[in-house]
Amino acid sequence: MTLDEIASLLEPQIPALRRYAWALLRDDQTADDLVQDTLERAISRWNQRRLDGDLRAWLFAIQRNLFLSSLRHRRSRGVHLGEDALDDVPAPDGGPEIRADLHDVLTGLDALSEEQRSVLLLVGVEDLSYEQAAQVLDIPLGTVMSRLSRARARLREFMENGRSAVLRRVK
Amino acid sequence: MTGERPIGEDDLQAFVDDRLAPARLEAVKAYLAARPVMAAQVECEIEQRRALRERLAFKAEEPIPSRLRIANLVAARRRRSLVRPATVAAAMAWLAIGAVLGAAGGAWWSSGRQGQTIASAADSAIAAHRIYVSERLHPVEVPGDQEAHLVQWLSRRVGRPLVAPNLGAQGYRLIGGRLLPDSGQAAALFMYENEGGNRLTLYARAGGGAEQTSFRFETEGDVSAFSWIDNGLSYVVSARTERAQLLPIAEAIYRQFEATGDPAKSRL
Repeated sequence: MTLDEIASLLEPQIPALRRYAWALLRDDQTADDLVQDTLERAISRWNQRRLDGDLRAWLFAIQRNLFLSSLRHRRSRGVHLGEDALDDVPAPDGGPEIRADLHDVLTGLDALSEEQRSVLLLVGVEDLSYEQAAQVLDIPLGTVMSRLSRARARLREFMENGRSAVLRRVK
Repeated sequence: MTGERPIGEDDLQAFVDDRLAPARLEAVKAYLAARPVMAAQVECEIEQRRALRERLAFKAEEPIPSRLRIANLVAARRRRSLVRPATVAAAMAWLAIGAVLGAAGGAWWSSGRQGQTIASAADSAIAAHRIYVSERLHPVEVPGDQEAHLVQWLSRRVGRPLVAPNLGAQGYRLIGGRLLPDSGQAAALFMYENEGGNRLTLYARAGGGAEQTSFRFETEGDVSAFSWIDNGLSYVVSARTERAQLLPIAEAIYRQFEATGDPAKSRL
């Protein structure tokens, strides 16, 4: 396969990979670093991918796994990130940062575990099929559906509680 | 309405994602119509899904940064791969040289000063390279046409059997060598030159004990150097060139020594 052919397959996926990376990291530079790592790995393993496999799912899986290993790396250096961040979210009448951002759905996204965030982003934003999401997350299809269900319920509850908290403060 | 299977959370999620087949869609709509609280929650989730998409849409609409262009990534990767595998091969090349020297010089292994660091060897080698490579009249003490004498002399002074690798295929010929003082010991410097007048040096001195280090690359100004320690000798190859240009030479030496793998057949 020529370079042009590889580029013609990979490049249409880049906008979505950048969006997923940014949603996970919220920093332009770091997000593009993650995408670059993803693409480099994809190119270097191009011949190892299954020809009948789903390119999109393969790429998102690479990116998520790279994200998770960077997360582990950071955590092992003592910075806690992600997983069940809801427990760390300030009480409704808590810090100023949450008050300012309550209407932003990204704040709600932050309240989810990485697993929930990823399924929500992959299905709800990147329009991956449930099968593709199962492949990316390396879980059975049924688990995708229940995880998606829990993620959406949690986001809804968080956003609702947040709003009522704002209302209480206004009173 | 099919009504065959009861409505489950997978149906509700697919409803939120608008992915239901028409018949199932009708079934879910009817199910929700009878459950206003659940219907309101589903409505809320649909709205949040839409909000999330809208909030993140900007990122996918941005132009792709040039550093993420596949052609650029591949080009960068080629530049790197030129270096990486070659570095390994080059490292093996120099270890092969060391093996040749070491096997032939076993009796001397335990003598000589130990513990000299590879870094100080590289510093000395690069300094010597700078001084003598630019020397027009007397770059070497013993010219390359007296190679046998040169090698024998330097081996005796350094205290280890040395060889002057043949770099003819790389366009470099031995123009000679000299003896150098280095931290109170003798060090050998072989100098090579190509047709363009570019020179490279191979520096060797006793030190580092019987340990074996991996290949190490450094630059000082415009001089690049690869250094390593093997079997009681510190080696440094230096040239005023890019790392990528220095590596093929090392690779070639690797192949050369691989071909003459038996120490008994070496030129020593």
